[in-house]
Amino acid sequence: MRTRTCWNSVCTVDDLVPESGIAVWTVDGPVAVFYLPHRLPALFAISHADPFSGANVLARGITGDLGGEPIVASPLYKQHFNLKTGACLEDESVRVKTYSVLLDGNRILLETRETHQEAVAA
Amino acid sequence: MSKKTLIVIGNGMVGHHFLEQFVASSAAPDYDILAFGEEKQLAYDRVHLSEYFAGSTHADLAMGTEDWYTEQGIELHLNEPVTALNRDQRTLITPKGEYHYDELVLATGSFPFVPPIEGREHPHCFVYRTLDDLDAIRASAKEGKSGVVVGGGLLGLEAANALRSLGLQAHVVEFAPRLMPVQLDADGGALLRHKIEELGVQVHTEKATTAIVAGENARLRMNFSDDSHLETDLIVFSAGIRPQDALARASGLNVGERGGIVVNDQCTTSDPHIHAIGECALWDQRIFGLVAPGYTMARTLASVLNSHSDAAFTGADMSTKLKLLGVDVGSIGDAHGQTPGARNIRFNDEQTGHYRRMVVSEDGKTLLGAILVGDNSYYDTLLQYALNGIALPDNPEALILPESQGGAPALGPDALPETASICSCHNVTKGDICCAIDAGSSDLAGVKADTKASTGCGGCTALLKSVVDNELEKRGVAVSKDLCEHFPYSRQDLFHLVKVNGIRSFRTLISQHGKGHGCDICKPVVGSILATCWNEHILATDHVPLQDTNDTFMANMQKNGTYSIVPRIPGGEITPDKLIVLGEVAKEYDLYTKITGGQRVDLFGATLSELPVIWERLIAAGFETGHAYGKSLRTVKSCVGSTWCRYGVQDSVGMAILLENRYKGLRAPHKVKMAVSGCTRECAEAQSKDFGVIATENGWNLYVCGNGGMRPRHADLFATDLSDEALIRTIDRVVMFYVRTADRLQRTSVWMENLEGGLEYLKHVVLEDSLGICAELEEHMNGIVDTYQCEWKTAVEDPGKRKRFREFVNLPEQRDPVQQWTTERGQRRPVLESV
Repeated sequence: MRTRTCWNSVCTVDDLVPESGIAVWTVDGPVAVFYLPHRLPALFAISHADPFSGANVLARGITGDLGGEPIVASPLYKQHFNLKTGACLEDESVRVKTYSVLLDGNRILLETRETHQEAVAA
Repeated sequence: MSKKTLIVIGNGMVGHHFLEQFVASSAAPDYDILAFGEEKQLAYDRVHLSEYFAGSTHADLAMGTEDWYTEQGIELHLNEPVTALNRDQRTLITPKGEYHYDELVLATGSFPFVPPIEGREHPHCFVYRTLDDLDAIRASAKEGKSGVVVGGGLLGLEAANALRSLGLQAHVVEFAPRLMPVQLDADGGALLRHKIEELGVQVHTEKATTAIVAGENARLRMNFSDDSHLETDLIVFSAGIRPQDALARASGLNVGERGGIVVNDQCTTSDPHIHAIGECALWDQRIFGLVAPGYTMARTLASVLNSHSDAAFTGADMSTKLKLLGVDVGSIGDAHGQTPGARNIRFNDEQTGHYRRMVVSEDGKTLLGAILVGDNSYYDTLLQYALNGIALPDNPEALILPESQGGAPALGPDALPETASICSCHNVTKGDICCAIDAGSSDLAGVKADTKASTGCGGCTALLKSVVDNELEKRGVAVSKDLCEHFPYSRQDLFHLVKVNGIRSFRTLISQHGKGHGCDICKPVVGSILATCWNEHILATDHVPLQDTNDTFMANMQKNGTYSIVPRIPGGEITPDKLIVLGEVAKEYDLYTKITGGQRVDLFGATLSELPVIWERLIAAGFETGHAYGKSLRTVKSCVGSTWCRYGVQDSVGMAILLENRYKGLRAPHKVKMAVSGCTRECAEAQSKDFGVIATENGWNLYVCGNGGMRPRHADLFATDLSDEALIRTIDRVVMFYVRTADRLQRTSVWMENLEGGLEYLKHVVLEDSLGICAELEEHMNGIVDTYQCEWKTAVEDPGKRKRFREFVNLPEQRDPVQQWTTERGQRRPVLESV
């Protein structure tokens, strides 16, 4: 069965930090949202949890590009994660979850699994 | 022609090395090769045997793999001792069968000598040779409290360390009046004993054991000839080795009076088809109990079997360098000065525990031998002088004097002749390294793979690197100094571009001089350069995304994503009121509190959103940021100085505060530490800092480029008896020169070692203004001092900057569920399961 998803507003444009990340709380737990104004698309979202340490810190890493791909470096042990795919550049077996993210007017929308009342009832 | 058969008896380090050499030679296809080993494991590195107790496994220590033997077509017979030789038939016999040979190599090694003491067969008496021995010692130690090693030689002290690591009270019992009697003299032995006893190992010299009997308070009791005794739970015999020559003896080969299979220069025994190498072989009445000579014999024999008639073993250098229980010990050549007319130069500093002795020839021109205890950094240079007969300088004592007393610089790689041996384990000379480079090796790893240099004991690693670097440089091989894929420049180049072109943002720099969007290498480097040049707030909008993990939030991230806070406490001087504020804040936010090595207080466990709130409190109490998070000045440590101390000759605290306030906030390629001591007793440990100041009757002595940490380096004396003003001017210049010219993440110590001309060059630049830049350096420094701001003060007052300090921007009250806590020794600490 396909998981049902929905789009949730998580923050506004003013909350974003250019060339860097912020963290938001979602039904899936902590998610890191990155704003890279010199790229198109400019928004990326991946899990905030660093798979190597377990700590919620990825939004606080340095962003940039390696071989043209957008990346963030974990602030703890410096592994690099592809912001498009979530793949870890240092360890093929590790991948962080990615999320679809959209700009709607002034709001930032994130696609997460649905948590409607009826979903619980069903 | 049918193949001949070559059999090697003994699968130890030397036997394995011989096989490696032989299978690579042109004669190998003519032979079927069989290798017999008595132990159940494949050859392993016995030199590093003790690492087995530290967690290494047989696989870690193994010299090769069974797959390698299969690939080489070598038939491997492990756990199959050879019981007899039949030389007439050219066969050997094992419990499993009889095998024919055409050529036989004996690499049977040695066995530990156990003195004929009554009671030595007791089950808790051991030797220290094989992995099985070590397993048995470990099992016995489980129930024991103490252990004795009989024999205070090299291996005995290794064994004592092993017993210590197993949690036993270790004792060393030595028959001679001192430790390591072969390698050390009386003074060296006494110093080594002192150092080892400080580590809790008890040393008993001039003790002859007469009997081992049941103990009253421990398993065993050792009775000594002087009627004293010692109780212990286990005993390890390490009283020397004896060559394993039983097979040779039984089959009628010539053996020495005191054991050992007699061989000639070709490593051949009295039977022309039987050869012996390693510790079982007796050459020129000598047994060589080290691995390097065994390897040399193995190489010689491989050449002999390839019909190279001129191959010959001509003896071996028995110099050794090692770390015993953490103490450096080195012994070179004629260490005891037995050459007629030999003269001695000794340096003995009981204060620091350093002893060095040089044995020089009668005419003072050549180095015959040396002894080192406490500091082996002198070893490589001395060994090169001794081995290559390099003429000693006019003041040979400089070779063993501490550098601060005018010691000679290390012998540069250019001064070594082509024949100089760089790696004695694999007999690699400087000439071999040059050949490898000329044949295409273009870096250190390539040279190591081609020559095997530095793959034995590893003692020559630093020397090898300096030779390789030097040779590559001479051949014009440019090592890429590009910072990363975004900038084809070194840090120094980027500094110039930023400074000269007045560039004030990363975006401008990368669009004009780089490509792409940057990464976690170049962004912090540029952030640091921009801060040094223009001193704008590091959290200005343009600069935020450049900052390294800790700079971004001006605190030190810990493993669970919380932060630690270190307020500045200049010179370590703090009022009781301020101390109370730290205590109150820590208590209110439940921060784990620890005193740092730099005379400050570290408060751990603050969440991101707590940081600005805590800092408001601290700033109100008069604290400033301590930059513990930055590549910048950390602390200026000080002793209490002349205001209180009865020995102090200057106000060291006052000077430390002055320096800390002057250089705080300056961004540098790496962290910078300073210290000020009020007299020569040096209680502030200034000589281990990037900048160390020591008071004299007449002013201040300045030491530069010291380092604690992973690779400690004593700072070098740079200038003496400076006035306050001259001291600050000199530090200004050195600091700025470092900030402008060092590589990314290069501490001052490495920076100076890599400056062409080193300390002398730096003195010319800074003290004599040889580049004519001193005025500019001072002006730059003054500009930075004048524009200092407490980054935290600016940040808490700016709502825009404060916005960043939110865990989850959409849910301010949400706590991070990963951050879990427990209590230990009365304080909170994180619990974090690694995922």
